[in-house]
Amino acid sequence: MANLESEFVGIKSPNPFWLASAPPTDKEYNVRRAFEAGWGGVVWKTLGSEGPPVVNVNGPRYGAIHGADRRLLGLNNIELITDRPLEVNLEEMARVKRDYPDHAVIASVMVPCEEDEWKRILPMIAETGCDGFELNFGCPHGMAERGMGSAVGQVPEYIEMVARWCKEATDLPVIVKLTPNITNILHPAEAALRGGADAVSLINTINSITNVNLDAMSPEPMIDGKGTHGGYCGPAVKPIALNMVAEIARNPETAKLPISGIGGITTWRDAAEFMALGAGNVQVCTAAMTYGFKIVQEMISGLSQWMDEKGYESTADFVGMATPNVTDWQYLNLNHVTKAVINQDDCISCGRCYAACEDTSHQAIEMSEDRVFTVKDDECVACNLCVNVCPVENCITMRTLEPGEMDERTNTPVQADYGNWTAHPNNPMSTAAE
Amino acid sequence: MSNTPFSNGIQAARLDSVELTENFGDLHPRFDDHEALVASDRCYFCHDAPCMTACPTDIDIPLFIRQIATGTPEAAAKTIFDQNILGGMCARVCPTETLCEQVCVRETAEGNPVEIGRLQRYATDKLVDAGQHPFERAASTGKKIAVVGAGPAGLSAAHRLAMHGHDVTVFDARAKAGGLNEFGIAAYKSVESFAEREVDWLLKIGGITVETGKKLGDGLSLDGLKADFDAVFLGIGLGGVNALGVDGEDKDGVDDAVDFIAELRQADDLGKMAIGRDVVVIGGGMTAVDAAVQAKLLGALNVSLVYRRGKDRMNASEFEQDLAASKGVRIITNASPKAVIGNGAVREIEFEYTDNDLKSTGQTVRLQADQVFKAIGQTLEGEGLPELEWGKIKVDDSGRTSVDGIWAGGDCATGGDDLTVTAVAEGRDAAEDIHAKLSA
Repeated sequence: MANLESEFVGIKSPNPFWLASAPPTDKEYNVRRAFEAGWGGVVWKTLGSEGPPVVNVNGPRYGAIHGADRRLLGLNNIELITDRPLEVNLEEMARVKRDYPDHAVIASVMVPCEEDEWKRILPMIAETGCDGFELNFGCPHGMAERGMGSAVGQVPEYIEMVARWCKEATDLPVIVKLTPNITNILHPAEAALRGGADAVSLINTINSITNVNLDAMSPEPMIDGKGTHGGYCGPAVKPIALNMVAEIARNPETAKLPISGIGGITTWRDAAEFMALGAGNVQVCTAAMTYGFKIVQEMISGLSQWMDEKGYESTADFVGMATPNVTDWQYLNLNHVTKAVINQDDCISCGRCYAACEDTSHQAIEMSEDRVFTVKDDECVACNLCVNVCPVENCITMRTLEPGEMDERTNTPVQADYGNWTAHPNNPMSTAAE
Repeated sequence: MSNTPFSNGIQAARLDSVELTENFGDLHPRFDDHEALVASDRCYFCHDAPCMTACPTDIDIPLFIRQIATGTPEAAAKTIFDQNILGGMCARVCPTETLCEQVCVRETAEGNPVEIGRLQRYATDKLVDAGQHPFERAASTGKKIAVVGAGPAGLSAAHRLAMHGHDVTVFDARAKAGGLNEFGIAAYKSVESFAEREVDWLLKIGGITVETGKKLGDGLSLDGLKADFDAVFLGIGLGGVNALGVDGEDKDGVDDAVDFIAELRQADDLGKMAIGRDVVVIGGGMTAVDAAVQAKLLGALNVSLVYRRGKDRMNASEFEQDLAASKGVRIITNASPKAVIGNGAVREIEFEYTDNDLKSTGQTVRLQADQVFKAIGQTLEGEGLPELEWGKIKVDDSGRTSVDGIWAGGDCATGGDDLTVTAVAEGRDAAEDIHAKLSA
């Protein structure tokens, strides 16, 4: 039986599944329910300075994108950091940590960009017994207008500066939460590293407008006829998050920087994918908000089963295993040739592959009068679109041509050796055309 | 209530009004908005969709389902009505399980097709209930066209012709338009006077005059129509009923199923509809099932549907057969009627077991019966009609008959299954041909 116990920057938890800093972790009541359900850790909803807390809107806070059967694919929120007094949160955190010493409790923090503020609040929070800090440099809405959240995360110099203040103020691990609302994730990640951060967590939410109310002519969620951009999360953002995690993990300068992966993780498989790309653990929010805390039980059983099947004894065995296979386009093997194959036994003759290929791609699928669909190898460029639009899983697959086999499209035999763009004769910058 | 299912003979009010109302309620209640969204979500939007090919009226099914899914059922209804102006009735009576839904790729994949019929009803009801007619009549052409028969074929032809700007007069023998939609299908398939409302809605196109109580050979003549109109469309259906051709057929209690169905449809009070205790329906088509099921719903104690060949040869779809069975109708196959027995009124009916080729086995069986409904097919009635073939008016693909200027479609004409939806297609296509010819 695989051991799911996790240690991330020295913080131990029974499993690598943490709840991200968000509404599910705003109160003792929720967090206790989460731990009882099986979550390994929580990043408490972001704490702000002492004094009167922030206020939230009293209209809708969320907007959503739905897929088939109204499955929630993307969620956007305009909620701010905790709107409860700091002392209340600290009391609750202390009680929870006391009762769940083996679970991870991380404090997410966001205060104005002033050294005193950070250096005063961190020790105060540390008294709760929390296991570490996560600096919220990510929230793209509301707080950013006040010079916090992503307003800090978008300026690498600020990240470095605040991270350094925090490391000076505490011995506990400091995780910097990154905003994806930038052009190159490496800049903030490198800044966090320079500032002494123990880890980064990513991604925070993406600036977004989910819908427009066409009657009121206002973005949703709509507050009295107006809307504002909010932070986008959920399954829809997973590909963006995976890429950013991979970029940091494969960048030589940041390769050793621990990563807590966040962004649309909904199943054990999503979690395993983040970890394979280099995340030491994962944080989940939208899936819990959609289905409740119980989903962690599927994540635990699924990850265990998969690890057993693969022979991984601990999560460390596979963390980062996919990272070396993330490369630049120019290094992809241009001599690797595949062709789509349609399994006629599984085909239900919907013709979507045909419509997609005929209308929008390479006219490489033939449709017979009795609706049998076959791939024309002499036209197929192996784009994979047919595979992706087919409603039947694994009905269409890509077959790899053997070396020496004829590629009917190019009328050339498949080469056995590896050859990429850098050495391709069509590349004017070709470096090795011997 | 004085009678019960056990009461002897042909009696009214075997069930109380509450039971009758429940029994004759909507067979498939319409989808609510949520159900329609969930159902429409299942459509794969197939390329050159098999369902569309299977539809005799070629409705663009993937498009209309997508229009429902995206919150525009009114646009979906327009897509349906473009091809089939009686899409509302077809949504109720089409044997979808042998047409669009049979070939749905989700039937192939999961044995569970997209519920196309019910989605069609959801969309079409939206417009019909709102009284919105989505078509406008073209400028008048001054051409006059006679349509004989206000059933599905005639109404479909009339609407298309009126839309093209022709002046249409529809004649019908009955006191009310609608044909089989109004008189010939089970009540639970068209509740809340839908057939009548649909005709009213269809006529909103304008340019159509309906004259009821006018029948060919009885106040109307083909020669007269030819002289008075620029074109004639015949959608007169099959007015005659086949006889059993056995001894005792004239005894009391032996009735035509179509008359029973028509009477029931027009009844203001189902409690006044008399029905036997032991009812035998002879036939294997939709009419037989409609009669048998409704006999049961009226409170008959025993209802047997007897067909002379095997189950797989029945014209009634499997769905209809299952419906009958689920309502308690006993289906007996491979039995041909031999004699109606009784003293004045039917008491028993004797059958002979026959194989699928109708070869007798020599064995016989008698069923107790105080009421027998004949549903073994209908025949074309009328004299001086254009050339016939196989007992129907011979037409080409455009509905042209042997007589110049006369078109025909629906059950009275050759080609197609005798379905509402086929009649609609034939009426529409003949109308287009008439229009093309008159515009030439």
